[in-house]
Amino acid sequence: MIRLQTPILESTRLKLRAGEELLLTGIIYTARDQAHKNIVEALKNNQELPFEFENQVVYYVGPAPAKPGMPIGACGPTTSYRMDPYSIILMPKGLKIMIGKGDRSDSFIQALKKEKAVYLIAIGGIGALLSKTVKSSTLVAYPELQSEAVYKLEVEDFPCIVAYDSLGNDVFQTSKV
Amino acid sequence: MLSIPKGKLIKRVKKMVLEANFSLDKSVINFLKSGLGKETSALAINVLENILHNADVAQKEDIPLCQDTGVAVFFLEIGNELCFDYSLEDAVNEAVALAYKEGYLRKSIVSHPLRRINTLDNTPSVIHIKLVMGDALAIHFAPKGGGSENMSTLKMMTPASGIEGIKQFVIDTVIAAGGKPCPPIIVGVGIGGNFEKSALLAKEALFRPLEDEAKDPLDSSLEKELLLEINKLNIGPMGLGGNTTCLAVKVNSYPCHIASLPVAVNLQCHSARKSHIILRGESI
Repeated sequence: MIRLQTPILESTRLKLRAGEELLLTGIIYTARDQAHKNIVEALKNNQELPFEFENQVVYYVGPAPAKPGMPIGACGPTTSYRMDPYSIILMPKGLKIMIGKGDRSDSFIQALKKEKAVYLIAIGGIGALLSKTVKSSTLVAYPELQSEAVYKLEVEDFPCIVAYDSLGNDVFQTSKV
Repeated sequence: MLSIPKGKLIKRVKKMVLEANFSLDKSVINFLKSGLGKETSALAINVLENILHNADVAQKEDIPLCQDTGVAVFFLEIGNELCFDYSLEDAVNEAVALAYKEGYLRKSIVSHPLRRINTLDNTPSVIHIKLVMGDALAIHFAPKGGGSENMSTLKMMTPASGIEGIKQFVIDTVIAAGGKPCPPIIVGVGIGGNFEKSALLAKEALFRPLEDEAKDPLDSSLEKELLLEINKLNIGPMGLGGNTTCLAVKVNSYPCHIASLPVAVNLQCHSARKSHIILRGESI
């Protein structure tokens, strides 16, 4: 188990290897389908982005609403492949660390290798448990998207696994050898 | 005349919606535990242990098991002796809206598939209605997540494809889905009917108890063979390898046209949330 503080510097990112289990502490940003669409449109139109991408971590999640007194509701990962067409545009713009679940397209993996990005996975369907690692949640952009808005999450020991490292090694393959 | 008071119906449906989202079926937990016993890889064991731990936390603290609290899918079996002076579908949707608001469940429904504006109360539900004999209303509910639903398939096969063709189609669907639908999955297979009936059969199959087997011996042997073959694929929990790719295969079949062999495969994630109630008619 490797403990990492976010933001994650390039030198640290490049050392990560597929299959390694991580515990992230610090800030991560949420974005899923509609937020990705908005961010890509903002880029095209030279509009301001919800946050600077450099060294930041994006988590594909649409959390359940927080109960009173809680920072967030259930908040497990959503399936990542839907973000592939957007990620291929965002990686060259500096978005290098993504958390989701499930495998991704060949074109995503090619772009990931070229950009020396990494793709992390969290366990799907354990949103109640993962909510315990979130200390605070702040709305950053696109409130009209409800659960799909961009939130800044402060996490402590958020568990994930390196699925694709910057060399393109793939845990979905290596774990089966 | 027999009916079910609207207020009572709304209260009971709201309760069953909340229960399904917070408490995982005992049988799903038992199947997951039995899968855990068959795993040797550290990753697979880690995933299954986390899933079981999550179920415990969700139930104790009334936190949804999964943030994807789904499309609210209902099967209503309405006894012919019952009579309603209100819209049953509207009442069910009213209960869903209340449950999703008061239970802090995620609202995941958009009003038009292309405009994509959230309806803010998780309605409308998808409600299937069957008329049956008797004085009771049976309600079956599942909050169906988008991740596993997206991996589902339907193919209009031809009679020549036969049982081998069906098996290959199911296996191909599971392989293409990989870790995306949150395995260990449950596979609902609908065979026969026509285009839309096969999809409905597959969905109904997912509502069956995990422990049962299909009444038709041919369907039942197909369930057993597919389960064995799927669990040899080494997809494993969350696609990270292992012996527990699938908890159960459920096959529902129906007569079909001489030209056709429709097959639908509906995938269900490990967070297989369901609830069932039966309401008896009251004199009005």
